[in-house]
Amino acid sequence: MRRTTRDAIDSYRGISRRGMLLGSMQAIFVGTLAFRMRYLQVDQADQFRLLAEENSIKVRLLPPARGLIFDRNGTLVAGNEQNYRITITREDAGDTDDVLGRLARLLPLTDAEIEDTRKEVARRSPTLPITVADRLSWTDFSSVAVNAPALPGVSTEVGLSRVYPLGPDFAHVLGYVGPVSDYDLSKLSDPDPLLQIPRFQIGKLGVEARLEKELRGKAGTRRIEVNATGRIMRELNRKEGDPGENVQITIDQKLQNYVLARLGEDSAAAMVLDVQTGDILAAVSAPSFDPNLFVRGISGPDYRALTENDHRPLADKSVQGAYPPGSTFKMVTALAAMGSGAISEDETVYCRGYTELGNRRFHCWKRGGHGHVNLVESLEQSCDVFFYEVAQRTGIENISAMARRLGIGEKFDLPMSAISEGLAPDKAWKLGRYGKSWLIGDTLNAGIGQGYVLASPLQLAVMSARISTGRAVMPRLIRAIGGTELSPFDAPALGLNENHLRAVRKGMFQVSNSRRGTAYGSRIVDDTMRMAGKTGTSQVRNITAAERARGVTSNSDLPWERRDHALFISFAPFDDPRIAVSVVVEHGGGGSTTAAPIARDIVLQALNDGFPPLTAYPKSQRNRIEAERDALPLRDPQGPSGGYSRA
Amino acid sequence: MSYLEYNVKTVPVGLRKILYVNWPLVVLLTAVASIGFLMLYSVAGGRLEIWAEPQMKRFAIGMTGMLVIGLVPIWFWRNVSAVAYIVALLLLVAVDLFGSVGMGAQRWIEFGAGLRLQPSELMKVALVMLLAAYYDWLDIQKTSHPLWVLIAVAIILMPTFLVLKQPDLGTAILLVAGGAIVMFVAGVSLWYFGTVIALVVALVFAVFESRGTTWQLIKDYQFRRIDTFLDPGSDPLGAGYNITQAQIALGSGGWAGKGFMQGTQSRLNFLPEKHTDFIFTTLAEEFGFVGTLSLLSLYVLIVGFCIGSAMSNRDRYSSLLTYGVAGTFFLFFTVNMAMVTGLMPVVGVPLPLVSYGGTAMIILLGAFGLVQSAHIHRPR
Repeated sequence: MRRTTRDAIDSYRGISRRGMLLGSMQAIFVGTLAFRMRYLQVDQADQFRLLAEENSIKVRLLPPARGLIFDRNGTLVAGNEQNYRITITREDAGDTDDVLGRLARLLPLTDAEIEDTRKEVARRSPTLPITVADRLSWTDFSSVAVNAPALPGVSTEVGLSRVYPLGPDFAHVLGYVGPVSDYDLSKLSDPDPLLQIPRFQIGKLGVEARLEKELRGKAGTRRIEVNATGRIMRELNRKEGDPGENVQITIDQKLQNYVLARLGEDSAAAMVLDVQTGDILAAVSAPSFDPNLFVRGISGPDYRALTENDHRPLADKSVQGAYPPGSTFKMVTALAAMGSGAISEDETVYCRGYTELGNRRFHCWKRGGHGHVNLVESLEQSCDVFFYEVAQRTGIENISAMARRLGIGEKFDLPMSAISEGLAPDKAWKLGRYGKSWLIGDTLNAGIGQGYVLASPLQLAVMSARISTGRAVMPRLIRAIGGTELSPFDAPALGLNENHLRAVRKGMFQVSNSRRGTAYGSRIVDDTMRMAGKTGTSQVRNITAAERARGVTSNSDLPWERRDHALFISFAPFDDPRIAVSVVVEHGGGGSTTAAPIARDIVLQALNDGFPPLTAYPKSQRNRIEAERDALPLRDPQGPSGGYSRA
Repeated sequence: MSYLEYNVKTVPVGLRKILYVNWPLVVLLTAVASIGFLMLYSVAGGRLEIWAEPQMKRFAIGMTGMLVIGLVPIWFWRNVSAVAYIVALLLLVAVDLFGSVGMGAQRWIEFGAGLRLQPSELMKVALVMLLAAYYDWLDIQKTSHPLWVLIAVAIILMPTFLVLKQPDLGTAILLVAGGAIVMFVAGVSLWYFGTVIALVVALVFAVFESRGTTWQLIKDYQFRRIDTFLDPGSDPLGAGYNITQAQIALGSGGWAGKGFMQGTQSRLNFLPEKHTDFIFTTLAEEFGFVGTLSLLSLYVLIVGFCIGSAMSNRDRYSSLLTYGVAGTFFLFFTVNMAMVTGLMPVVGVPLPLVSYGGTAMIILLGAFGLVQSAHIHRPR
């Protein structure tokens, strides 16, 4: 395109005018910059020179104090203790290897530990202090402090570290804290700069992990002046972080301690619920372990000892374990049967020791049979044939629906790790899981809590609580966070027929109070504390024909891991239920012989907030009970002394 | 104007062109780059081979490129403006599809053999070229007509969006500002600029309002940068640390500085990115206010010589192009200086010709080659 001369002149003039305008704007910019530089470099120079030349300012994060955890009565169950540690900062150390070598002469450090530190130092930012050693004795700590001039970049710090004063009692409920690992970091999308502090402790399991957000608190900062070798000259200012919130759990530490001691050497779990509020008063899995070992960094042999133990101390059987509930499930079958009209309270079934389905025989535990039994009697004597018959009439759909109503197969929202959902099987489930259709035989097995049915001790305790109150009790573990009480869940009625519930409760009462009851030996004779319950013995495996041929006829002849699980669930006092208890002893043999006595002791302990009067036990048992009581390895009632601070 | 209109006879030909090169500009560029070599030598702790030597080699390549580009007639460059823009745009798309990711953003294309290209750098020049060519072609009366303004805006925004996607906020801002400078000089009505500035202010307001809501407009890390800018204490170990330490380095230089290689801040590794975006602080620490003011003056002189050349150039394309390159260059160093002196949030813009960085320097010198070409072939 050709442009006229006039246009060209216009263009030239226009551009020049705008160019001048642009130039003046740029001049203003440059002027501003020049003034800014003058301000920083001339007016403020002295201040900045002071900062740069004499000393340098650094900012360090102050880890907040982790929130404390208390039991329902205000006893500390997770606290913080002073921790003396030595850190090294690469930026200030210069020759890190040399400094570490000198440190090794002062402290009992192994070569492997030094190598670990060296790797960590190389990996992290040069400005970040890396922990070389912690939990030092005062002597070691002060010898490093005295030699500080020869150790550039090394600083001595006093921090807080988690401590569990009650040791193993709360290992499963609270879990434990540990240093943040790379795996944790990759898993979390948590931008909190605190996590970047090496060996910063975060919750790994249980309440500590699930309430991490509340417990952690917010980081503080401190600005410090350090000299050229990185030594701290003085602190300029300090902004304390906000400590984490304190948490109160519903567990009673005294009862918890008793239950753990009472379970003894067995691989067992027990759960105690307040039936009115759903508060978990004790949740114990035995054997337990000392969570403090994990906080301090567990040694290889200690860890192997825990993982290789066939009693699985690391697993929390009270909520993670899922067991065939055995006869403790019979209340579900009974309520489902009455609810669907399959049987009335007074109707009897004849038990001749077995029932036949096609060409298969389903045995009652009592080979000779129970004769004519009604619902209450069948619960009392735990007659299997009665429930085979009733389950067949009721149908699996009704039974599994009732199980779910009572809490079996429900995943409770508690801040604990890996909570088991249990299983209330039905036809759709089996088809989906195994691709096979439901058989009548499956219903018979389910009717007595065998086969596919699975329940955790927590669910069994909830079931017991729901039967005793007729309301949909929900378990809860957290009572208060940061001083605010959480209101308990107001359990709505289950909507079950009160007559049906009364019949089932009567059956459970008979179990531990009638001469023919399966747990009569574990009765409570004090009228204000009468206990209702149900025994259960769930098969782990059948005794094979080959074993029978070798003469193995009873459980005690089998190796431990193939013996039956012993179960007992109960609530008490019968007239005005306050607590529900479930006990599962893995491979413990029979529910009536192994689990019921434990449950009775726990019930009495919980109702009396301590040892019950011996008069609550039948006369003939009192001497033995007293002796057992003295032998219990209970914690010193004074509680642990010192060693941790409440701050 | 088409090249037919040039009074070809008065334009130097052959090697005689060398005499007409804008030599003061060459001297100034070399002076600034030399300051860069000194600083790179210093921050490397007195070692040449770490940063200074590669930088010198690149400068030599860039200078040669500048002269070669300068000797090619400006009408050739005008005719390939659109091609340059399209190539740069395609490269931006390519980087979006298979570019490598560095420092959390996709910016590079690898050509194998260690050669890396940052198409957004190329685009800064190509955008100025195309806009200059566009306004050269466009009838002057139509300059402020909404339709024609819209086309120019589209030319600017297409690459800007691609760069924003990488995401590289600093370059995106520079692209828009660079394009706006060409439009401004070309004579687009001031009302448009007023309106856009008003809209930007409104948008900034909206961005802050959107924080924490579901329709949040920018990323969290960008918010944090703004936070740190407004209050460096709020993130003392993160970006605030950079700003605090940079200011200590700057301020502690005082009038005359601590002397070459005597800066404690960079020596003791307090300074972040001491060889790239924050190299200005080392200069300030070691040579003081005298040093920073000298560098600033050299930069201003470079821009001044460009403006002088542009003003005396009656060819519309040449003039617009020179303003555009000078304006972009101006933005580079002012934004970097404003950033390290705490006048602006940290957006990641290097100090031109001084910061360590390969393609940026070569491409920048190439752009000055265009300025040289415009200067040599100006109608007389």
